[in-house]
Amino acid sequence: MAKRIDVSGLTAYYGSHKAIEDISMTVEPRSVTAFIGPSGCGKSTFLRTLNRMHEVTSGGRVEGKVLLDDEDLYGAGIDPVSVRREVGMVFQRPNPFPTMSIFDNVAAGLRLNGSYRKSELSDIVEKSLKGANLWNEVKDRLNKPGSGLSGGQQQRLCIARAIAVEPKVLLMDEPCSALDPISTLAIEDLIGELKERFTIVIVTHNMQQAARVSDRTAFFNLAAVGQPGRLIEIDDTERIFSNPSVQATEDYISGRFG
Amino acid sequence: MSTASLADKRAGSLRGASLPKWSPWAIAAGSLVVAVGIGLAAGLDSKVQWGLIAAILFVLGTFGVAARVEGRRQAKDRVATSLVWVAFLLAVVPLVSLIWVTVARGVKVLDVYFLTHSMGVVADSEPGGGIYAAIIGSLEQVGLATLIGAPVGILTAIYLVEYGRGRLAKAVTFFVDVMTGIPSIVAGLFILSLMLIFKMQPFGFAGSLALAILMMPVVVRSTEEMLKLVPNELREASLALGVPKWRTILKVVLPTSIGGITTGVMLAVARIAGETAPVLLLVFGNPFINNNPFEGAQASLPLYIYQQYSQSAGANAAYDRAWAASLTLIAFVMILNMVARGIARWKAPKTGR
Ligand SMILES: Nc1ncnc2c1ncn2[C@@H]1O[C@H](COP(=O)(O)OP(=O)(O)OP(=O)(O)O)[C@@H](O)[C@H]1O
Ligand SMILES: [Mg+2]
Repeated sequence: MAKRIDVSGLTAYYGSHKAIEDISMTVEPRSVTAFIGPSGCGKSTFLRTLNRMHEVTSGGRVEGKVLLDDEDLYGAGIDPVSVRREVGMVFQRPNPFPTMSIFDNVAAGLRLNGSYRKSELSDIVEKSLKGANLWNEVKDRLNKPGSGLSGGQQQRLCIARAIAVEPKVLLMDEPCSALDPISTLAIEDLIGELKERFTIVIVTHNMQQAARVSDRTAFFNLAAVGQPGRLIEIDDTERIFSNPSVQATEDYISGRFG
Repeated sequence: MSTASLADKRAGSLRGASLPKWSPWAIAAGSLVVAVGIGLAAGLDSKVQWGLIAAILFVLGTFGVAARVEGRRQAKDRVATSLVWVAFLLAVVPLVSLIWVTVARGVKVLDVYFLTHSMGVVADSEPGGGIYAAIIGSLEQVGLATLIGAPVGILTAIYLVEYGRGRLAKAVTFFVDVMTGIPSIVAGLFILSLMLIFKMQPFGFAGSLALAILMMPVVVRSTEEMLKLVPNELREASLALGVPKWRTILKVVLPTSIGGITTGVMLAVARIAGETAPVLLLVFGNPFINNNPFEGAQASLPLYIYQQYSQSAGANAAYDRAWAASLTLIAFVMILNMVARGIARWKAPKTGR
């Protein structure tokens, strides 16, 4: 059920500002791909073009193609809402719905999209929470508000919420940047498990994390401030971290940058 | 105390001389006594003047004492604090005295009989009668106005915050701003001109329409602010789950802000509950009970107050009734405010475990 992503010639704008230019890459199903690169080079922007969240920002505009198993997400007649059901997203800051309980948070995607029977719903919620390694911590307080959890728990709640709707692809934008090392490790383990079922793309500023969790790594960079970001290279993670083919990648990874 | 010793203190340690905790009270009491003294000596008979002199003395005294004992920086700090207190008292005194007078004069005739009977044939100069018709009229007119004004206002605000882009949104914002400034009598005249075109007699619902016009911009403004407070991340979280925009608004944005929106609506209701001018033009007033807001003149609380004052030729009985009706109106508005607060607290996004 995981799907392949095939991007070609993708350029994204904020109004008249070109944020990323001419990006092409392929992401294999059931793999983890990490995006690394300096701040402002357009990693988040590119990630958000993969589930048509980019156009939610005012002035957001995209040119180019994103194929999800041969179907162009930006083709005519494609409904962005159904795209987002296929391609889920976890944000940098945990953002559980503050008015909903833990249970309702996980069930939100399903409930807001259609009607389910109560038993069906609680099965899916349990499965998703187990999938996000959160079940044991919250099973006794499913009816308590989700915002009462710790930051790391909230982030795993958001992951549970995202996987509950069974997407084909899971996009994660710096999912661990607000978390402590233990929660980070829990989420990294989780990514390892989730990749059995989903295609995963993760943005991270943490080189070790990219090296630990990903199969492939893409390095983004921008020529100068104000210039659009570009994909410098994408390769197997091992190669990127041992023997990258572009000098800039090596400089960035070894910390000799700028 | 010389500057030399102050410098010594500063150089010596972080600890400087400081005034005891009770000193503001002592300075306040002192300035009050002096102000009363000055007032008596100079033969000022207005208590307001006494109070203002006391306030000025309090600020100056605070500065003087603090500057001598603690140094200039602390003195400035204390002056700022005392100014805040003085401003607070200046704001509170009229409010408290207004409520005091209303309660003191209003309770004279305010009883169950007064609340459950109408004027009927009681002459304005005679004691007796009550405000039942006015309460019914106010509740119906304000209720209908809210039924019209609140949904339109909330939907407009949703449009402006969630969908509004470009010219149309700018135009709507502009008209809402203009509407905020419409004097209530003008709203009344507007509906009155419509009534005259259709040759209609005064009736309650016409008043409701004018009140709805006055209510809408207030609701739009407050709802807009509340919707803007909802973090964008929540909208994005919902959209990223594949939830359509309208459901996101309905199920995520509105529930998150419903407490604030309710408060805004209640405040708008409280505002129109006291409007007199459009009611005077459109509803006309009626000493008899008229339960039907769609036909015939009705009474209303603010109008009742005005009429008791203006048509009673100085009769005490009418004055008492006017005060009692004012007290009822204030109580109604206060209850609404408290209900709004209760709802806001009850519906506020929950935190804690
Ligand atoms: N909402 C927006 N409106 C206008 N420009 C934006 C917006 N969001 C991002 N940009 C611009 O797009 C470019 C890429 O931003 P983006 O957030 O994708 O960078 P990033 O690689 O994710 O950075 P970071 O590592 O700091 O998260 C930046 O120049 C930024 O200023
Ligand atoms: Mg980013």
